[in-house]
This record gives sequence, C-alpha cells and structure tokens, in this order.
Amino acid sequence: MAESNAPAPGRLTGPLRRLVAWLDERMPLTETIEYHATKYYAPKNFNFWYYFGVLALVVFAIQILSGIWLTMSYVPSGDGAFASVEYIMRDVEYGWLIRYLHSTGASAFFLVIYLHMFRALAYGSYRAPRELLWLIGMAIYLVMMAEGFFGYVLTWGNMSFWAAQVIVSLAGAIPFVGPELMEWIRGDYGMSEITLNRFFALHVVALPLALAGLVFLHMVALHHVGSNNPEGVDIKKHKDPQGVPLDGIPFHPYYTVHDFMATVAFLILFCAIVFFAPEMFGYFIEKPNFEEADPLKTPEHIAPVWYYTPFYAMLRATTFPLFGLSAKFWGLIVMAAAIVIPAILPWLDRGKVKSIRYKGLLSRLMLAMLVVSFVVLGYLGTIPPSPTATAAAQVFTVLYFAYFLLMPWYSRVDRTRPVPDRIP
Amino acid sequence: MTARILVLLVALAGLPAAAATTDWPMQSMEPDLHDKPSLQRGLGLYVNYCLACHSLRFQRYERTADDLGIPHELFLENLVFTGQKIGGLMATSMPEEEAKAWFGARPPDLTMVARVRGEEWLYNYLKTFYLDPTRPFGVNNKVFENVGMPHVMMDLQGVQREVCRGFKPVDLLDGESVIVAEPEPHCFLEVEEGSGSFSAGEFDDAVYDLVNFLYYVGEPTRLERERLGVYVLLFLGLLFVFAYLLNREYWKDVH
Repeated sequence: MAESNAPAPGRLTGPLRRLVAWLDERMPLTETIEYHATKYYAPKNFNFWYYFGVLALVVFAIQILSGIWLTMSYVPSGDGAFASVEYIMRDVEYGWLIRYLHSTGASAFFLVIYLHMFRALAYGSYRAPRELLWLIGMAIYLVMMAEGFFGYVLTWGNMSFWAAQVIVSLAGAIPFVGPELMEWIRGDYGMSEITLNRFFALHVVALPLALAGLVFLHMVALHHVGSNNPEGVDIKKHKDPQGVPLDGIPFHPYYTVHDFMATVAFLILFCAIVFFAPEMFGYFIEKPNFEEADPLKTPEHIAPVWYYTPFYAMLRATTFPLFGLSAKFWGLIVMAAAIVIPAILPWLDRGKVKSIRYKGLLSRLMLAMLVVSFVVLGYLGTIPPSPTATAAAQVFTVLYFAYFLLMPWYSRVDRTRPVPDRIP
Repeated sequence: MTARILVLLVALAGLPAAAATTDWPMQSMEPDLHDKPSLQRGLGLYVNYCLACHSLRFQRYERTADDLGIPHELFLENLVFTGQKIGGLMATSMPEEEAKAWFGARPPDLTMVARVRGEEWLYNYLKTFYLDPTRPFGVNNKVFENVGMPHVMMDLQGVQREVCRGFKPVDLLDGESVIVAEPEPHCFLEVEEGSGSFSAGEFDDAVYDLVNFLYYVGEPTRLERERLGVYVLLFLGLLFVFAYLLNREYWKDVH
C-alpha cells in the first residue's frame, strides 16, 4: 500500500510532486489547501468592506513580528521600562521603526476591526448560520481591548500610568469586593512595578496566544459556514452538478490577488503614518507619554487612546447614583454593557432580510445613528469634561443603546424589499 | 427629540479642542533639522547653559556628534567637561540631593521636552523671562507662570521687564469692546538696552538654535525616518501597480 489515496497535488511535476505526495500521506496538506483556498468558494461580489478581515490578519502579523523584536530590548521594570523604550528609539538599529510599526499597528488594528464590525452590521453577517462566527469575533474584540490596554501601559509614560490608574480604579467601584479586587489586579496598593510585570506577561504571552487561538477558530467557523456577501443571499442554494456554487469563485487565486492588492494599498497608508506622522498629532502617541510615569504628577487631562474613547465617554456620561450604588459603578456597568452588547445582535435582529441593501429606511437610519453616536462619543471621550459635553455624551449613549435595544422592534416592522434568489 | 439633538450638535461645534495653558501670544517657531550649523550652535548653548542642571539622559554624546557632523575628538575637547566617554549618555553631574535643596525639585530631564511641550512653547518660554522681585530667583515667566527656574541666559538677553503703557487697542469692529468701562492696560516685555551681550535679534537666533537642537534631541531619528519613508512609499506604490494589474488579469473572467 505504498501508493497514496490522497488527492493528486495539482499540476505539480517532478520531485516537488513526489514531496507533496509524501507529505499528503502523512498529513492533510493538499486537502487543507483545497478546503481553505483553492476549493473554498467565496461569493463573487465582495466589495470594499470585505477587505478588512484580511487586513486585520495583516496587522496581527505586523504586531506579532514587531512585538517579538520589541521584547528583545524592552525592560519590564519600574526604573527601566521608559528608558528602554527610548533606548529602542535611539540605540537599537531600526528600533524606532519597529516601535512605530507597533504603536501605529495598535491603532490600525482597532480601525480595521471597527470597519470589519461595521461591515457585519451593514450586511447582517452575524445572522444565522454565522452566530458562532460573530461570537468568536466578539471574543477576539474583547481580548484585543485588553491586549491594547496592557500594551499601552508598558511604555510607562505618564499618561500610560495615569490612564491605567483610572481604568484599574474602576474595579474599585464594584460594591463589597471593589477595593480588594483592585489590589488583586494591581498586585500592589498602587500602580507599581509588580503591576507592570504582570501586564507585560499578559501582553506578550497570554493574550497573544488567546488571540491566535480565537483567530484560528474564527477562520474555521467562517470556512465551515461560508462567507456572507453584500446581497445577503446564500450562494450555496444554487450549485452546478459538481457541487460548486454558481455565484462562488475559488478563494485562491481570485481573492488572494484581490486581497494582495488591498494589502499593498493599506500598507501605503500605514507606512505614510509610520514614517511621516507616527504620533498622528497626539492621537496615536499622546504628548504626556513622552514623560516618564510619575505618581506625584497627574496630567492635566487624562484620556485614553482614541479607540477606547467612545466607551470612556459613556463611562463619564453616567453621572448619577442609583439604588444606593455609586455613579462610578453604574458608569462601569454602562461601559461594559456598551462593549459587549453587540454580541447578542444575532438574537436581536428579527428582520426578514440580512443586508442593508434590502432593509428599509428605518434600519438604515438606525445604523447611521449608531455610526454617528460612536464617532461623536469617540470625540467627546478625548476632550476634558464640561456640562455640555456630558449632556451630549448622555444623549449619544442613549442613541447608541437604542440601536441595539430597539432592534427587535424596528427590524420587524421595517419595510424590506424582496431579496433576489441569486447574486445579480 | 430631533430638535434637542440639533441643539446639542450646535453646542458641540463650539467646544474647545483642548484647554489652553497660557494666554501669551505665541510667536511661531519652525524647526529645521537640515540646518546643521544651527543645531551645532544650539548644542553649544545647551552644553554651556543647560546641561549643568538638565540632563539628556536618553541621548548619547556619540550620536549627537555623528548626527551633527562634529568629529569625536573636537566634541570631547570642547563639549564634554565631565571626563565622560564619547559613548556615554548626556547626563548631568549635579547631585540629585543638592539639586532638590537648591531648586525644590530635581530639574527635569529635557531629552523629550520638545515632544511634550512642543517647539513653539519652548521658543516662547525661553524668551519671556522677566524681572519679578516676588519670585525666589527674581524672575518670572510669561509662558510658564511661577516657574522655579532662574533666567540662565540673562547675560545674553539682558534684563527684561514688563512695561505697561497706555491701553490695549480697542477693536472697533467688535461691537462689545467699544463700551468697555475700564480698558485693559497695554503691557509688553522690554529689554533694558545694553544690558545683555546679544542684541534682540541675536538672542532670538540663539533661542531658535537652542530649541532647534532640543527638537532634534527629542527624536534624533526623524530625518532618517522621513528619508527612508520616501523609498518605502515609492516601492509600495510601484508594487501596487503590479498588484493592481495582476488582480485585473485574474478577474477578467469573473462575470
């Protein structure tokens, strides 16, 4: 039984063919490539919004690679952390490039993920049979938020220090266990080297591992159910005699060349920032973070990096105590709820159609309102609090939640248009 | 509801972008990293007037010498007074305990001060020390009020005082200011003639050089970053053309 039953390795010839045949007998190489690429049939009508999944993978790779090189020179200690970042910036060969790739990568990761999530909202990608895919994606998002936060603290700049102080102190608002929980998270009575060390461990080992695992599951789930598309129609309903969807095209080579083009375009924008505006006018790297952490010197105005500011604005917008619990505690609840509420979207959406293209005016307006609320809250989270800003943040917090909580109602009464049977 | 949102949106447009730290009318400052003589003069001023108290503890002498085009021998002879090696960090020799006793706090490290404060702030800060007998060092500052630092370049600039003469000019186009009951006094800074070794123009240039140097020290790799960036973008631009053509070739048969 020396001859293999494995699928013939394509058009290969000569020794390469024998090598692939040898491998195929021992692991599902050709089978895997076919399942995930050459015989994975994706809808032929992917548009601009469908680039952000692969771009997220690209940024993930950038972060892992630049992160490995940063770790080679970074010193996770209270005295050494800040100095080691400047050592990387000045004395390590191309250290400045590695560091800017990583700091810009963090912002790019969130930007790409937010656009990726918007795509899912617009085309109903979270709906059956892709609920699990959506939940895994939400888990990735949560891990990413923690990963970004821990990484932000590692530079041990003054803003990092104080922002971490604020975020960790939120745990202190939880009734009964708060103060102890806060100490447990920090491992100390205040932000210290002990806190820095555990954040380092989580940032460079635990969370990247979790992310890699979740991303793998995300891809497995995606390729099992197949991609949605801008029309929201199921391409598997119409297949040719060989079982190939009529409106599908093999992922490789069609979408590999497509995504390669998009990746290069993305890298042009990405590198323009890395090389010409790495601080992005204080949005990617904040000015106070060029000063070392100082427990005695609170920055004038503490704000998180832009990708957390919509939620930070909601936290600050919660200004009233309720049921004998502090406003800060309710702020924490509102913020946490705002972050996780998209997870239940598959069960909130009662609409007959998936895609925004066939949904009615009501759904379109609600989605537009969500986007506006998110952007405005993001802006409000960056500015110092004022009565007007707080009032505005309260209104937009309500609007943000309205998109989700009213969905069971408006998605059902909304006037939808008939969905075509196949991709037009 | 819609009306309320509209009102809020209008209100939002008027929110200040960030709290202003000073109301001093700032003069602009455009750093020029290609101006090596300026950077070299700025380095000279820094070593002579600042380094005794303010370290640049993330920057090495060697890097500074190489970036500014100064031979190591010359650099060591003329600009390193503490017997340090060329590869050493530009630390200050002031003992921390004594620094605290003299100034109340250790004078801050200035390696990244240009990135924290901005070059414009620094430029105006260094020019607006003025006599104020109520302060411990006899001077105050217009940009950084009640700063705990003496006017170290007074021998260059001379004695600067705040003088108030007449009233602030009233803007007649702005209706409200015409009926000001008590016009604000018109105050400005004036240097006592002949009290400094530099003329006003020379001092402005000196401060420019010093701030230009601090701007360089904040991010010594900036020029290299921008130089490399051009090539990276050119390469990616070229790669995009081929990626685009490859994509078009494959997608010709998808309908």
